[in-house]
Amino acid sequence: MGVWFSISSLILIVILIIVATEVLGLYFIFTVFIPYIGFFLFLLGFIYRVLKWAASPVPFHIPTISGQQKSLPWIKPDNIDSPFTTGGIIKKLALDILFFRTLLRNEKIELEASYKLLFKPSVLLWLGAMAFHWSFFYILIRHLRFFLEPVPSLIVFLQRLDSILQGLFPIIYISDIFILLSLVYLFIRRILYPQVKYISLFSDYFILLVIFGIACSGVLMRLIFKVDLIQVKQWFMSTIALKPALPKGVNIIFYIHLFFVSLLMAYFPFSKLMHMPGIFLSPTKNLKNTSRSKRHINPWNYPVKIHSYEEYEEEFRDSMKEVGLPLEKE
Amino acid sequence: MEEVSKDKSFKIDYTPPKISWMEPLVEFHKGNYCYPASPKHEKYLDLPNPREWQPTDEDWKLPENWKEIILKGIGERLNKYRSFKLFLDICVRCGACADKCHFFIGSGDPKNMPVLRAELLRSIYRRYFTISGKIFGKFLGARELTEDIIKEWFSYFYQCTECRRCSVFCPFGIDTCEITMMGRELLNLLGININWILEPAANCYRTGNHLGIPPHAFKSTVDFAIDELKEITGVEVEVPINRKGAEILFISPSADYFASPHWYTFLGYLLLFHEIGLDYTWSTYASEGGNFGFFHSAELAKRLNSKIYSEAKRLGVKWILGGECGHMWRVIHQYMDTYNGPADFLEEPVSPITGTRFENARSTKMVHICEFTADLIKNNKLKLDPSRNDKWKVTYHDSCNIARGVGLLEEPRYIIRNVCNEFYEMPENTIKEKTFCCGSGSGLGADENMETRLRGGFPRANAVKYVKEKFGVNLLACICAIDKATLPPLLDYWVSGVDVAGVHELVGNALVVRGEKERTTNLRGEPLLKENEKV
Repeated sequence: MGVWFSISSLILIVILIIVATEVLGLYFIFTVFIPYIGFFLFLLGFIYRVLKWAASPVPFHIPTISGQQKSLPWIKPDNIDSPFTTGGIIKKLALDILFFRTLLRNEKIELEASYKLLFKPSVLLWLGAMAFHWSFFYILIRHLRFFLEPVPSLIVFLQRLDSILQGLFPIIYISDIFILLSLVYLFIRRILYPQVKYISLFSDYFILLVIFGIACSGVLMRLIFKVDLIQVKQWFMSTIALKPALPKGVNIIFYIHLFFVSLLMAYFPFSKLMHMPGIFLSPTKNLKNTSRSKRHINPWNYPVKIHSYEEYEEEFRDSMKEVGLPLEKE
Repeated sequence: MEEVSKDKSFKIDYTPPKISWMEPLVEFHKGNYCYPASPKHEKYLDLPNPREWQPTDEDWKLPENWKEIILKGIGERLNKYRSFKLFLDICVRCGACADKCHFFIGSGDPKNMPVLRAELLRSIYRRYFTISGKIFGKFLGARELTEDIIKEWFSYFYQCTECRRCSVFCPFGIDTCEITMMGRELLNLLGININWILEPAANCYRTGNHLGIPPHAFKSTVDFAIDELKEITGVEVEVPINRKGAEILFISPSADYFASPHWYTFLGYLLLFHEIGLDYTWSTYASEGGNFGFFHSAELAKRLNSKIYSEAKRLGVKWILGGECGHMWRVIHQYMDTYNGPADFLEEPVSPITGTRFENARSTKMVHICEFTADLIKNNKLKLDPSRNDKWKVTYHDSCNIARGVGLLEEPRYIIRNVCNEFYEMPENTIKEKTFCCGSGSGLGADENMETRLRGGFPRANAVKYVKEKFGVNLLACICAIDKATLPPLLDYWVSGVDVAGVHELVGNALVVRGEKERTTNLRGEPLLKENEKV
């Protein structure tokens, strides 16, 4: 259900945008109003959600350990998978967040006849996730050239690097190829693998399609339906200066691109996309394995009803005496 | 147990059903659920809504305002646990965890995929606690809270052993254990508990141990062990109980002194402590290291755990040594100091034999017996004859909580290599941080849920089978009381001919004790292999 519903939702949105801009001429709403709403929902929602998480304490010290603890001096401890220093925790988080190291150890099981279990390495998801996130990030950075004046030389350099294939295929960015391929993979795996299909919700497909819409419209604007980038930059600079004006020299693809970006921003804080800031706060990931050497405080720790030794001895005094166990009260 | 005889093997089918997971359909049949807690135990522990009921009943006799209780309970826990809130929010349903759960691998039931297990609760969270879920409902995976959902929770939160294997593979470290813990706490608010957890917990509250052994019976079981050791070794060991002023308080799971094959580990401890002349004591009041309260709620865990520090204080010991147990060590390593610390009346643990300072236990002041023994061996304080274990080709099973909760991986392996001649690792996908649960942890080791247990134990047994066929392994060593109790029937079903033993049983066999007679049997009373019988 989710697949078809998300695809039809996406098509419907595209039609709505076309009607609203080309037919009804609601340019102001689509180039000023909606982008502002999207941006502020993103900003405020993002902050709100992170603060809400931060407001809930971490009552217990519960890192998931994946390596040898630091115990006896002659046993080599694993400072990344069982980190005991701040440096170790930073390394571990960097590897997990920048390189998705956890996914790299993924494996899939297969059942051979007569209950024989096989474990096979499974790195496709890791590849897909790496290609997607990094190309997305790269494209974001590349877009800074629309937002910054003068354009920093680093961004110019990254853009040149990205277009290294231009000798072969004119004006194609490597990152564009990566993001489109990885999105196709991420979408198809949700349909192809029965288990993943079973858990996938409408929202899982929909968000991939929205990002796919952004990437496609971006590529189309670059290759076929060209827009006047100087005008777009002017429009953008005035928008961020809070002096909104209608963009000039653009076309319907631009409106679609802009709407999907706004939708993504507005949707972000209310969705699973919050995994981006969430991973930094994950208590199984960001705590050191120093549970027994450093005391962890639970802010809501409260006294509980216990069965004291006195009550215990009271109940069992006679039989304890009989077998000669020492007592507090004879 | 006749339902799961060897002749009638079960089907493992990984094809998901046609019907969506959003439908809360649960079928309770013999073998797939645990008996509910007796109201007697619930009353003894002051828990809500004690009553007689059965999962197969139509009416579970929930309190009238059960829905309100659950929603309030979720709200409270969202504010108390960042883990809970965060893990409900950030799952992207990538599916990396799907085939990491032993219950999924053994059953193929998609609701046993960690992601869906969490989704069972997450869908309620979405519907009642998020704006988007309130508006878009089913599209975003939000569900209405109904009694059927409560039944579904009961089924699936008691088909999770809180082993945290999925957490190792999750890119965000989402720990289903945290979700299951919350799910069980919520069910408790309605008076839905299982007896295999609450009876031991109530026993422990009253008598100091899960098995409900009163102090005089503890004394006689110790006396029995002393006799048995005398027979095997010719040495009379001294076993102090409730002795004030000892240097060390020793606490182990109660199964060690009452169940088999735990008993031989118990003999191993006693022999070891005698040989090194340890100034220590057992306690009858704190005669349990394990903590079945931990499988029920943080509060009950804390109530049971409090005995350890208070007894250490009463007896005036310097520090605490802990025996072989899995979840006991999760609680001691990650919770005890927070629950019932600070243990400022104790001293930083130092081995009286080697002088080694256990800096890793600086604050909690409790040392794992494997850390302690490995240190003894490294410092040449023990005379060992590994050939006395030559009967065994040994593999080592990391218990979940020891591996993923503590990171205690090399200490037991070091010991085994020193007390046994033949040691073989299982495939690396199934050991250390990737170790598979025995399938019966977190209070699921009952008899009535044998089908669930056998399915859950399948991946572990499968790895044992591999080393059995490849190297002729005939003994699985482990350091978890639940493993020792529950693996023998599981292995017997899946891979017969492999015994289960504690690491300190092997230590006890190999340990050459001053003044001992020539040993003819191991601690089990089985004859030692003679020179010419050795392969």
